[in-house]
Amino acid sequence: MTVLSVQKLTVSYRKNTVLHDVSFDIPQGSLTGIVGPNGAGKSTLLKSILDLHPPVSGSVTFFGSTFQKQKKRIGYVPQRGSVDWDFPTNALDVVTMGLYGQIGWLKWPTRRHRAKAMEALEKMGMSEYADRQISQLSGGQQQRVFLARALVQEADLYFMDEPLAGVDAATERAIMAILKELKEKGKTVMVVHHDLQTVKDYFDHVLLLNHTVIKHGTTEEVFTAKNLTETYGGTLKVMKEGVDHVQLITQ
Amino acid sequence: MFSLLPSNTQWVLFSTMMLGIAAGMVGCLAYWKKQSLMSDALSHAALPGVVLAFLLLGEKNLLVLICGAAVSALIGAMCIQWIQSVSRIKEDTSMGMILSVFFGLGIMLLTIANRSGGNQSGLDGFIFGQAASMIRKDVYIMSVLALLVIFIGIIAFKEWKIYLFDPSFAKGIGLSVKTMNAVYTFVLVLTIVIGIQAVGVILMAALLIIPAISARYWAHSFRTMLLLSALFGGVSGAGGTLVSTYGAGWPTGPFIVITSSAIFLVSMIFGAEKGMLLQFLQHRKHKRDLLVNWNIRTAEKEGER
Repeated sequence: MTVLSVQKLTVSYRKNTVLHDVSFDIPQGSLTGIVGPNGAGKSTLLKSILDLHPPVSGSVTFFGSTFQKQKKRIGYVPQRGSVDWDFPTNALDVVTMGLYGQIGWLKWPTRRHRAKAMEALEKMGMSEYADRQISQLSGGQQQRVFLARALVQEADLYFMDEPLAGVDAATERAIMAILKELKEKGKTVMVVHHDLQTVKDYFDHVLLLNHTVIKHGTTEEVFTAKNLTETYGGTLKVMKEGVDHVQLITQ
Repeated sequence: MFSLLPSNTQWVLFSTMMLGIAAGMVGCLAYWKKQSLMSDALSHAALPGVVLAFLLLGEKNLLVLICGAAVSALIGAMCIQWIQSVSRIKEDTSMGMILSVFFGLGIMLLTIANRSGGNQSGLDGFIFGQAASMIRKDVYIMSVLALLVIFIGIIAFKEWKIYLFDPSFAKGIGLSVKTMNAVYTFVLVLTIVIGIQAVGVILMAALLIIPAISARYWAHSFRTMLLLSALFGGVSGAGGTLVSTYGAGWPTGPFIVITSSAIFLVSMIFGAEKGMLLQFLQHRKHKRDLLVNWNIRTAEKEGER
């Protein structure tokens, strides 16, 4: 079943076209890595899918319907750098923000909501930091708080913008465990990813992006040296081993 | 002490306190919207509207002057946006331009209003603020509008928090950021225009900026910061007005700013969250602990030898 369908999406910032004629379908229960060079439009793709940066043309359908109708089923984890971590609040409070849609506008969160947020923090191994000011958390801990906030939304389709960028090894493991768990529950996850070495271990689908879709499909089929060279141009050195599958890649 | 004052002064004090509370709250929102300077530009931009409304009407009716000020400030806000969207000029530059151009225009109109005679007495008070010139009706208008601002600040507390902390996430969970932007501009402009008679266009921004930044030194949650900012604003508003009533013709604005600056100084030095004294003490303790540890270790090594 297709949960997300993007058709002929074109996005521009002022005069620069960042994405051109992007089309793909995402099947339910897949864990897709969006991979491409810097400035390829990976974050922009997520933003325009989520209507944060409206596209010039093209259409996006969620569960066969529009974003407005389905937004309760969609979760988004923005880049960690997109907010001011100096904001006076604690980890638990940020996670509770994920429940604001369910709580309803102009209403206050109750003890039940906080308990739910606490549960999500526990799941990310962050329960002891619940009362900690977010400015005093490490980068990895901040990322876990963001993940926990997305978890409490209990969405069916998640978009994550570089959740593994600049985090410690323990956080990376914790996040990947959660992503696998989401997938096992039949949820669909799309992740902007920058580390080519881990793509094969982490994702079952890959979307190679460089201003347009270079290739999209299962990791097995798509994540090949040939396709990567096409995505990254000549700047990529690929060391092959065996048949056509990439073993070690340095950019 | 409060009851010893003439009843009109009591009312004026009450209304400037309400104004201060409203300004403190909205200032806290502006602080996290990273638009503290915007409030300064908008309050300066309100002046031509005030004078034009006066020139058209020929009398000093506060409600009309407030409307004129609001229209003028909104035009200023739009100009700031417009300059950025059609040119490469950055926000701070376009704010600086609009601030001075509108204020200059206002002063020019004020000169015309003064020269044409008429009932111009008191219009100069809009520059530095003249709370003593307020009549009972002005006090009511100001208090009611300030209460409206305070109400909007409290009722949508949760929405403000997520809108200021993470607007793109807020949009993702279904909060209309466009509506929030509109409400934010509405309360900001409303606070500015109700304050211009008591505080004046030049110093109104100080009542928006200083309480919020003072509160930052004490607060570790957005709620505490908002409440403290409101408290500091209220104290500054009432305190400044009280002092200005002791001399005939003393302007209110400067005394309000001095009061809020005093609170700021105390906060900056003694603040529990980021105060200088606390940071100095923590740093010294940390240094001493390290030194003691180091000494012990050296002593141990000496002992081993």
